Order: sequence, then C-alpha cells, then structure tokens
Amino acid sequence: MSMVSKRAAALMAFSVLLFCCYGVPQAGAQEVALTITIKNHRFQPAEIKAPAGKPIKLTVKNEDPTPEEFESKALRVEKVIAGNSEGVFNLRPLQPGRYRFVGEYNEATAQGHLVVE
Amino acid sequence: MLAALIIVFREVIEAGLIIGIVLAATRVVAYRGWWIGGGVAAGTLGACIIAVFAGALTAAFAGFGQELFNAAILGVAVMMLTWHNVWMASHGSEIVAEMKAAGEAVVTGKSTLLALAVVVGVAVLREGFEVVLFLYGIIAAEGGQGTGVFIGGLAGLALGAAVSALTYFGLLKIPSRYLFAVTSVMIAFLAAGLAAQAIAFLEQANAITVLGNILWDSSDILSDTSLLGRILHTLIGYTDRPTGMQGLAYLATLAVMYGLMKVAAPTRQEVSYRR
Repeated sequence: MSMVSKRAAALMAFSVLLFCCYGVPQAGAQEVALTITIKNHRFQPAEIKAPAGKPIKLTVKNEDPTPEEFESKALRVEKVIAGNSEGVFNLRPLQPGRYRFVGEYNEATAQGHLVVE
Repeated sequence: MLAALIIVFREVIEAGLIIGIVLAATRVVAYRGWWIGGGVAAGTLGACIIAVFAGALTAAFAGFGQELFNAAILGVAVMMLTWHNVWMASHGSEIVAEMKAAGEAVVTGKSTLLALAVVVGVAVLREGFEVVLFLYGIIAAEGGQGTGVFIGGLAGLALGAAVSALTYFGLLKIPSRYLFAVTSVMIAFLAAGLAAQAIAFLEQANAITVLGNILWDSSDILSDTSLLGRILHTLIGYTDRPTGMQGLAYLATLAVMYGLMKVAAPTRQEVSYRR
C-alpha cells in the first residue's frame, strides 16, 4: 500500500507541476517598458507613470553595491536584486491607481509609486 | 538595529514555524534531531551558496530564474509534505500502538524523516538566502559601523528560533494520541499554502497567466505583511490578494492530500490483523 501511495503521490505532484508550467509566457504586442534606478537606497524617480490596460515591463536597476529586495504587494511582485545589477518584472495590464513599491532591505528610504492612468 | 531585527525576523518566521511543526510531527522518531538539524545546516549552506550567485540566478531564464527557482523548491516541499502525510495515514496507527507499548519512548521504526528534512532544508534555504544577502549588504555598506545593525539581524534570527521552540512546545501540550492527527492537518494546510505561494512565483514569471483574476482583497483588514498575517500565511496559506489560480492550487492540494490519505489509511480489518 505504501509503495503504491508513494508512487501515486509522486505522479500526482508531477502532473500538478506539468499543469502549472503549461502556461505560455506572453510577449505583449504593445508592452510598455519602464525603468527605475535604485541609488543610495532610494528610487529614482520615486514616482513613475504608466498607461492603464497595457502590460508593463519594469526594469529595476540597482546601482548600489548592496542587494535590495524589490517588493510590491499591490503589484504582486517580490525579488532580490543583487548589488550593481538589474531585475525585470512583467506586470499584467493594470487598472488606474497608485501602486506602492518598496525596497524591503531599506524600507525607510526606498519607497516609490507606480501611477497608472 | 531594531529595523534589522524586524526585517530578519519577518524573513525567518515561516521557516521557524515549519521547523516547530516538523519537530512536533516527528516527536517520537529516533535520530530526528540529526535529520532536522541536518536539514537546517544544508539549507543554511545552500542559502550562502545561492547568495553568492544571486546575480546569476536572477538573470537566468530570461530574468525569471529567482521566481522559477522559488516555485520549484516550493513544489518539492509540497510533494514531501504530501508524502509524509500519506505515510502517516498508512502507518500512524502502528506508531501510536508502538508508543503505548513502549511507554511513549522513542519509536525506532522507519519514517519520513528524509522528506521532512528536505522540507526544513528548503524552508531555511528560501528565506535564509534573503537574510544572508541582507546581512551581507549591511557589512559591505557600513563596515564597522554596521555592527549594531548586524547584531539586530542576529537577534532577529534568534527570535525565529524562539518561534520554532514556541510552536514545538505548544504542540507538545496536545495529548500524544491526538498529536499526529493535529500535525497532519497542520501539514496539509501548510502544504496548500506553499502550493499557492509557488503559483504566485509562477505568475510573477508569467509562466501562468490563466485564472489571474484577484479573488478578494482583504489587505485593509489583515495585510499579509503584518506579523499576524505572516503567521497565518504560513499556517493556513492566508493571502490578502489571492488569484483564482492560487485558490485552485490551494484547494487542489488539500483535496489530493485528503484523497491519498484516505486511500493509504488501513481499513479496520487490516488494523486488527496487524495487531
């Protein structure tokens, strides 16, 4: 019984993984590319604008020598960006509004907003 | 210093809870300290290695290496937790019988320690990676002046360990004949929550785009970045803005685990025959 159940568990998990990975990465035709820079634990610019209803490719350049975790609950992203490197975020088409993001390692200074209009 | 403490504590709280639950779930198993300690050590080592290659990891897979890596190791954890619960459903009654016979002493039987060691290792690896980078950043930036912040970070780690201890000793208050039933339910919800987290990373990497609608937004009531939110996030998979796919993965994990446990559980006849 346990052998069977182990196999069943493995099979189940594998099929779940397959199912999950089935989605195809989409290359948005009218994708908007935006870039912000982290310098001295601050975002430059601290506020960026984007059009509503279009997929956004957000590049975050970390020009500090130290790593930063870019996080936004509102935008549903979180990722560590090593010092002197950059990270890419693909954002789904957004409703108009102000979306807050922070650098989690330096939250006192690293704050910004994405303003979608 | 306090800021560093809070940041590190926030990162390690999930691993702390998981270690506490795993310790309780293996209460009577021989050598579990070695296995679980080994999982923590391996996870810590792995976190340091990954921190060194953070830049390369982030750049991998068209910039989505970190997300896919996180999703993959979360998937492994879900599988291992499922294996443990199914194994316990099939052997739990034997273990309880053996405990009674041996006066609740340590049971020497085989178990799913390897699976649980992997779960612990993965939990430490995932969050340890962020802690290592954070502490490294402090040392690199501040040099000697960073000492206070660094100590704050270490205090955060210690608090995480305290969470493990609290969880463990709290669970031990449960009478031993119910303990495994309780830990099995906790592990089922833990696994469902981790599955939903894995989906979030796959969504971030655009590997999943279907069912991306937000089911509800309860961030005003209980943000999942708050302390209580973080704890519930680990224990029951609470998310303040879940997508449809996350909800589906959550329910599917619970359903599949329940089904497999039902199939694996010995029938009454089998139990009486074994005794």
